[in-house]
Amino acid sequence: MNFKLKIWRQKKAAAKGEMVTYAVSEISSDSSFFEMLDALNQQLITTGGEPVAFDHDCREGICGTCSLYINGRPHGPLKGVTTCQLHMRSFKDGDTIHIEPWRAKAFPIIRDLIVDRSSLDKIIQAGGYVSVNTGGVPDANTIPVPKEKSEAAMDAAACIGCGACVAACSNAAAMLFIGAKVSHLALLPQGKVEAAKRVQKMVACMDELGFGNCSNTYACEAECPKGISVTNIARMNRQFIGAKLFSEREKIVRVSL
Amino acid sequence: MTRLNARIPEGPVANKWTSYKSACKLVNPNNKRKLDIIVVGTGLAGASAAASLGELGYKVKVFCYQDSPRRAHSIAAQGGINAAKNYPNDGDSAFRLFYDTIKGGDYRAREANVYRLAQVSNQIIDLCVAQGVPFAREYGGLLANRSFGGAQVSRTFYARGQTGQQLLLGAYSALSRQIALGNVTLFNRRDVLDTVLVDGKARGIIARNLVTGEIERHAAHAVVLASGGYGNVFFLSTNAMGSNVTPAWSAYKKGAMFANPSFTQIHPTCIPVHGDAQSKLTLMSESLRNDGRIWVPRKMADVEKLRTQSIKPSDIPEEDRDYYLERRYPAFGNLVPRDVASRAAKERCDAGFGVGRTGVAVFLDFADAIKRKGHDTIDALYGNLFQMYEQIVAENPYETPMMIYPAVHYTMGGLWVDYDLMTTVPGLFALGECNFSDHGANRLGASALMQGLADGYFILPYTIGNYLAAEIHTPRFNPDASEFTLAAQSVTDRLKQMKSCGGKESVDTFHRRLGKIMWEYCGMARNDAGLTEALYQITELRHEYARGVNIPGGLDEYNPELEKACRVADFIELGELMVRDAQQRKESCGGHFREEYQTSEGEALRNDERFAFVGAWEYKGREIAASLHREELQFNEIKLSQRSYK
Repeated sequence: MNFKLKIWRQKKAAAKGEMVTYAVSEISSDSSFFEMLDALNQQLITTGGEPVAFDHDCREGICGTCSLYINGRPHGPLKGVTTCQLHMRSFKDGDTIHIEPWRAKAFPIIRDLIVDRSSLDKIIQAGGYVSVNTGGVPDANTIPVPKEKSEAAMDAAACIGCGACVAACSNAAAMLFIGAKVSHLALLPQGKVEAAKRVQKMVACMDELGFGNCSNTYACEAECPKGISVTNIARMNRQFIGAKLFSEREKIVRVSL
Repeated sequence: MTRLNARIPEGPVANKWTSYKSACKLVNPNNKRKLDIIVVGTGLAGASAAASLGELGYKVKVFCYQDSPRRAHSIAAQGGINAAKNYPNDGDSAFRLFYDTIKGGDYRAREANVYRLAQVSNQIIDLCVAQGVPFAREYGGLLANRSFGGAQVSRTFYARGQTGQQLLLGAYSALSRQIALGNVTLFNRRDVLDTVLVDGKARGIIARNLVTGEIERHAAHAVVLASGGYGNVFFLSTNAMGSNVTPAWSAYKKGAMFANPSFTQIHPTCIPVHGDAQSKLTLMSESLRNDGRIWVPRKMADVEKLRTQSIKPSDIPEEDRDYYLERRYPAFGNLVPRDVASRAAKERCDAGFGVGRTGVAVFLDFADAIKRKGHDTIDALYGNLFQMYEQIVAENPYETPMMIYPAVHYTMGGLWVDYDLMTTVPGLFALGECNFSDHGANRLGASALMQGLADGYFILPYTIGNYLAAEIHTPRFNPDASEFTLAAQSVTDRLKQMKSCGGKESVDTFHRRLGKIMWEYCGMARNDAGLTEALYQITELRHEYARGVNIPGGLDEYNPELEKACRVADFIELGELMVRDAQQRKESCGGHFREEYQTSEGEALRNDERFAFVGAWEYKGREIAASLHREELQFNEIKLSQRSYK
């Protein structure tokens, strides 16, 4: 198969970027999207050019390293897959493919198609955990967890932290990312203990880092390669409002004492 | 004379760890704050170690090449994690888990370490549940288990087909908490290129900032390597593209011995190679062997008809199918250990019965299981794996059998460590896949996750204290010391030299060539002549690489080709050592199959009298052959016998 590629090239964060056109030929339809980009890079190296930098690692859809806006959609045209799981058979011979990095204020560009997503780590650091130390925990079967709850927690925990939800959102909100973590932990008895504190800290951190507000378009769910549902955002909002009310009430009680 | 002392505590194997913990030296909380520890790698072993050490009050610096610690390749482990909980009441115990692991490893692992692993396995499950890991549960709300290869009990805990992901996210969340508390500092997008020794002790590392290209020096009282395995020496493997041996290899060159490098696990259930442009292979979890039946056609005529697509797999009647694992190993059937299953697949394909376009694949068939358990149950168990398969191969495994073939997946070899998980360099520890210690010549399924977390959560936090107790008077190190300057300079020189050789071929070209040599001569079956040939070809390749590699871009910028170039240079050297190790081991054991040493039935033939040892290699210099040290293995609890899964 032959393709025309229009790819965003940008030397570094401070440099100006532009779309550059390339052609690749004789690509197998069984090749993955990245194997097609590998072929382009080999071509560039042998002709004295500089290869295109893109983020990728496991190439099996689980590490969340890969990004890429392909023809205007995060992770490309297919539903429920990451860029690394996309194969060239999903395109037509002779297609022109536009490839850009994630575009969001909270994700500055490092080079070409690579962005800095450390802001997502910072959000987890703000509270995306259960505060237990190694050792001194009860036997794993001490607290039964209803299967439905644990399945719902797993649905939310399947998030791979790729940032497609942010890239898809017109406001570049990280609500689905946070909603998934808040829900995963709040649904389990182990995570419930700190649920109120967690949601407040994570949301405050998100605001600080320059993510926008929820656009209510559900684009995040549509583009999430793991099918994380927007009901997680609703759950987070309930948790957040509940936590706020609770903390207000707590203040009043404290004052009145 | 051997320099290896495993420092195994005295006493019966079941009491060793308890007595070690009661006798080991401790560091008081005030002193812990004054001690720095570097952890390299944020997979299960690295993240769990860094988090636990931070919780204890040490000052930890943690390094990863990925943009986030959550992306380490432990994330891709699918099937599960073993523990001797015996929740299903099917007769499991720490001793049985220990026994299965030693036997599964074909009697080439150290008893004391493996017993400890089995003992702490239960604590891991407790901790993970407390962290909020959403393990699969039964309707009564308690944890579910499933069975895995090499065991006759159900001791595997799982979170759908994403167990590694969920365990890693648990460790990552604990790590994130310590980062927020200021006990751990994260250095992401860093390649660790050298280990720094001061007065014979590990005192730091040299890292390259992958974004700016800056060469950084980091000092500490101890260094912990948890940088994973080296399967990418084969180019095609189930490892992540960035997985590499470099931190471990730099330690090897600084005096840490490298043990059993040739012990490689070829996993039986991977998606077959599609063509020359392929960049990596994808594993289909071993858990699929619980319900999938592996077969090839019995008649050559059917093989040919399948290849020309004149019949479908389902057209072949039951009596014309060869369920070769069930035929050869009736007791374990499709659940034999990985090395046995892989070799059996190779045997059938070599005999011409392979299926698929290339003839290098076998069927993994779910038709019976779907009939027996129903579509929905199979979907709940393996849904995401089926989806992944369909995405890659464009065939629906509910309708037509999967096609699979073995692929490089895990490396049992690694840095030699003693009972404390310390290498032959004082103050340098190695955890998880990066060390050699627990899996012998073959790892059982669902044991890698167990080992990574056991090392990081429950073993290192004790053993590193035992070392650091003598370091409390050592002031914080200054990374401007001459040892650091020298190491940084030699890293810079090496990068400059590689960059300036002005060759024509890309790094990947060399890497693919190395992979082909390794797969052909040092893969699933090895023989003396082939290994000699491999040694010759790798030496050639190494020289060609030194003068002929083309690295575009600059040193002081984001440069993925430069990163790859450093990794491949190390893989080429490692490849040579693997071949030497495979050559010296004149026996077959586990994943190491020497064609000259097999039983009349084609099974691995060990030679316990001569080879019941760990082969640890000491670096001697660039053009000088490494020297082999032997750690003799003592089996007091388990009688050595030929592994039988019949």
